[in-house]
Amino acid sequence: MLSAREVQHIAKLARIGLTDEEILRFQKDLGSILEYFDILREIDDSSITPRTAALPLQNIARQDIARAKDAQEGQHLLEMAPATKDGYLKVKSIL
Amino acid sequence: MIKELHKKLIAKEISAKEIAESFLARISKIDGELKAFITQTPELAIEMAKVVDAKIANGEKISLLAGIPCAIKDSILMEDIRCTAGSKILEDYIAPYDATVVKKLRQNDAVFIGKTNTDEFSMGASTENSAFGVTKNPHDTTRVAGGSSGGSAACVAADEAVVALGADTGGSIRLPAAFCGVVGLKPTYGTVSRHGLIAMASSLDQVGPLAATAEDAEIVFQAICGKDEFDATALEYHYESLQDFDLKNLRIGVPKEFFGEGLMPAIEQRLKALLQKLEDAGAKIQEISLPHAKYALAAYYILNTSEISANLARFDGIRYGASITRDSKLEIGNLLDVYLRTRGQYLGAEVKRRIMLGTYALSAGYYDAYYLKAQKIRALLKHDFTDAFSKVDVIMGPPSPFLPFKIGERAQDPLAMYLVDLYTVPVNLAGLPAISVPAGQVDNLPVGLQIIGKALQENMLFAVAKDLEKLI
Repeated sequence: MLSAREVQHIAKLARIGLTDEEILRFQKDLGSILEYFDILREIDDSSITPRTAALPLQNIARQDIARAKDAQEGQHLLEMAPATKDGYLKVKSIL
Repeated sequence: MIKELHKKLIAKEISAKEIAESFLARISKIDGELKAFITQTPELAIEMAKVVDAKIANGEKISLLAGIPCAIKDSILMEDIRCTAGSKILEDYIAPYDATVVKKLRQNDAVFIGKTNTDEFSMGASTENSAFGVTKNPHDTTRVAGGSSGGSAACVAADEAVVALGADTGGSIRLPAAFCGVVGLKPTYGTVSRHGLIAMASSLDQVGPLAATAEDAEIVFQAICGKDEFDATALEYHYESLQDFDLKNLRIGVPKEFFGEGLMPAIEQRLKALLQKLEDAGAKIQEISLPHAKYALAAYYILNTSEISANLARFDGIRYGASITRDSKLEIGNLLDVYLRTRGQYLGAEVKRRIMLGTYALSAGYYDAYYLKAQKIRALLKHDFTDAFSKVDVIMGPPSPFLPFKIGERAQDPLAMYLVDLYTVPVNLAGLPAISVPAGQVDNLPVGLQIIGKALQENMLFAVAKDLEKLI
């Protein structure tokens, strides 16, 4: 079981606002899952090279060319945002 | 089924519009209870069917998939159609472009009948985590259809669609296919473009087909695979069916780790009986070992949640999707407040749980113990499979440790739900292809058989699956 403070700290890092009930529930849930992860401690991994991907692909690139389906595409994408100004996304102040 | 419909279309015994209408009528009749679909697209389907009929009338050559009713998992974008990924945060999101797989099906004149239910952002094994209701199992409506691509499996099983697209990150195609008694392929990582698939865990996600028969799944796979400049991991790949396949030359490996503790005895008996039939037909069966399989689930959930914590950062209430700033009645403080309250309000419990687990695993001081360790397990597993495939052509085992469970039975315990993925996740970690095919029934519920192949050997899986259909 994680402490309420630990859950609150993780939630803040993850940018998720939690209710008090959720904090209680996640203390238990996250605790039991992390406990399950302990099975990996059985393995001595000091000599193993980690593998980050299933395929050994490298340096796949394409031409960096701007593209748009039509002249309105940019406008359509902007219209999906809750607030815009002069063609930019508008956000609340940081402080 | 695709080839039969195709013949009838060409012979003008039936029109594409008539096919579409009959499937749409079936959806109207049963989907209120089944809930395989989140969004139905009847007008679009009729419009697309008419295009096919016009081509036939003009004497144009049509593709095998032309006029075939096809359902798409609601985590895959279809231009101008709502795409929710099963989440409240995308409840009103209209896709601005086609996923590459959708574009390819469109080029083949497949007929799109709707978007299917999924666990929220594909996180789950039962569709119980969908914000839009639970998909019922067509074989027993008190039970789950499996997940996350549960809607895609159920709609094929219930004859609401001929074929469907799903996506598989840790079993999300194979498990619902097994639970609903249909065929589902998780292709080799990189054979199918992920462009336009709403990402869960990018190093594991792969789009694939669900269908009633191996042949139908093969036709869809052939249509959707191949290189894509919009997905850097999509390989140069051209599918060709395996010619001169003979079951008598097939070497089948059966991992002892997949038949151990945890597997329901009746499923084990059913699969052993099937393996016996394969042996009687001439295939050579040998026990193999995947020594690190027991660590796969833990490694998978560390990598899965770590990638989720990064991928889902985009749902921030600023660019698209639901946002508390859209509600003019609310008092909102600063930017942090927008993030916390938007994500707090519109993401479901399992999504929050996984984002937090991943955030924890990647946070300072824990990286080596979790993320790096899991990547090392991935290397060990890959090695296990390489060893096994030096002795055998395919590996067979269960896709699920148990039968379709009752709705609500596992919903309260996240770890119990994760254990459903026990036999499917090793395949994703190794990037291999695997297919789940119907293997008969236990207690009147479908049982699947999982066949795992070497990388890029989807044609071997389909060849084996087609022969197996004749044995069952």
